[in-house]
Amino acid sequence: MEKRDENISAMCRPAVGEAGRTGDWRTVRPVIDPTRCIPAVKRKSACFLCWLYCPEGVVKATIPVEIDLDYCKGCGICAEECPAKAIQMVREDQSDE
Amino acid sequence: MSKVQIMTGNSAAAAAVMLCDVQVVAAYPITPQSQLAEMMSQYIESGELKAEYVRVEGEHTALTVCISASTVGARVFTATSANGLLYMHEQLHWAAGARLPIVMCCVNRGVGAPWTIFNDQQDSLAQRDTGWIQLYCRNNQEIHDTILQAYRIAESVYVPVMVCYDGFVLSHTMMPVDIPEQEGVREYLPPYKPHTILTPDDPRCLNPVLFPNRRADSEGVLRDGYMEMRYKLEAALEKALGAITEASDTFAKRFGRDHGGLVWGYRTEDAELHLVAMGSLASEATLAADALRARGIRAGVTGIRAFRPFPKAAVRKALQGAKAAVVFEKSISYGNEGALCTEIKGALFGTGIEPAVYNYIAGLGGRDVKARELEAAAGESWDDLSAGRREKNTTWLNCVTE
Repeated sequence: MEKRDENISAMCRPAVGEAGRTGDWRTVRPVIDPTRCIPAVKRKSACFLCWLYCPEGVVKATIPVEIDLDYCKGCGICAEECPAKAIQMVREDQSDE
Repeated sequence: MSKVQIMTGNSAAAAAVMLCDVQVVAAYPITPQSQLAEMMSQYIESGELKAEYVRVEGEHTALTVCISASTVGARVFTATSANGLLYMHEQLHWAAGARLPIVMCCVNRGVGAPWTIFNDQQDSLAQRDTGWIQLYCRNNQEIHDTILQAYRIAESVYVPVMVCYDGFVLSHTMMPVDIPEQEGVREYLPPYKPHTILTPDDPRCLNPVLFPNRRADSEGVLRDGYMEMRYKLEAALEKALGAITEASDTFAKRFGRDHGGLVWGYRTEDAELHLVAMGSLASEATLAADALRARGIRAGVTGIRAFRPFPKAAVRKALQGAKAAVVFEKSISYGNEGALCTEIKGALFGTGIEPAVYNYIAGLGGRDVKARELEAAAGESWDDLSAGRREKNTTWLNCVTE
C-alpha cells in the first residue's frame, strides 16, 4: 500500500470547537420555556424543529432540549421555527427570568 | 481502432470526458461553454455515460458539487467560461486547498463589463493564483487529448486542472479529431484513488479552521498549520511540472500524438526571433513565423501549454538562442502589462538569457487576429531591436489607442 500523506489536506476527527468558542459574539440568547416545549410537555421525542434548523448544530435533541451556549451565535432561527413559541430570544444583558 | 470525426472543440471535450469514466458532472451553461454542458447532460440522460448530472443554480454551486463528490471518491467534471469562472473563484481556492483532482474546462471568453461573449483569456488568467494547474490548448485534437492527460496529472499530484481553450475560435469550430478506444484510455487512466474518502463509518471534519502554527488535533496527532498546508500545495504544483511532462510523454507513446508537455516549439532550432503565445493565438503565430522566414528573418514559435505551474526551466531552454521574444497575448494585467509577458520576463531575469522582450495585447473580446498582423508586429519588433530599442511599452494590436 502506497504511503499517503495524512496531512495532504486539512482534516480532523469530529471535535467540539477546535478553533475556540464562538458563542462570545452573541447579543441575544435563546431561552427555552419548558412548560411550552413540546418534548418536555409530552415527555417523548417529538418536534425537535429547533435541533433540525439550527445552523450551528448546538441544539441537543434530548428531553429537556439543551442548547450549548458556548457555541450558539444567537441567530434566533430556533425561536422562529418553534411551533409552540417556547423559545424566547433574550438580550445578553438581561436575566433569564 | 480509434476513429476520426469532424467535431467542434466542445464536442471534442465532451468525447474526452466520456472516455474518462467520470462519475459526477455538475455544470451551469454559459456561452461559449453551453454546448459542452448540454452534451454531458444528454450523454448521461441517454444512459451512454453512467454518471450523475447534478443540475445547479450557478457556477459557485457547480464547483461546490464537484468538490463534495470528489471528497467522497468520485471522478468529477465541470466546465465554465468568463464570469461563470469568476463566480466560482472562491470555490477554486477550496478545491485546490483540499487537494481534489477535479478537471474543469474553461472555454475562454472575455470578462464583463462591458458584456462580451467572444474570446480572450482574461477569465482564466485572472485565476492564476488559485492553486490550479492551467493548460492551454491550440486545436480541437489537443483539447481532447489534454482532458485525458488532465485527469492523469490531477490524480498523480492531487491538484485540480483547468483545461483552457479559446471560445468560438476552437469551441465552435470544426476540425478532425481522432478519438481513441475506450480500452486504451482505461489503461492510460486508471480509476481515481482518492487520498481521503469521507464515509459515515469514518467521519472527519474537512478543512477546519487551522492555526498559524502546527498543533496537535483532538486525538493528540500533530497536524500541519495553515502555512504548511499552503507550502504543500506549492510543492505539489512544482511536482506537477514533472507530472505534466510524464502524462504528455506517456500519451505520445501510447496514442502517437505529442502536443508538447509544458512548452512546444515550431521552427525554433535556429530561431532568433521567437513569437511567444498560448492557445489558438500560438497556432496562428506559426503562419506568421513561416511568413517571416520567407522574408529572411529566422523566426519560430514558442507555445506555452502550461501556464501554471509556470515552466521556467523549459522557457529558458526554449529562448536560449533568441535575440527577441515577442509575446502575444489575449489578456492584460491592468496597470502593468500582459500577464504572460511578466512571466516570461521573470523566468529569464538574471539567467544570462536576455532576448529583448516585446509585448502585444491582441484579440481582446473576440477581435480577429490575423497571421499577417502577427507577422507585421513581430517584424516591427525585429526592426526595433536592430535600431537598439530593447524596451518598449506594451502595444495594443489593431486597436485605436489615440
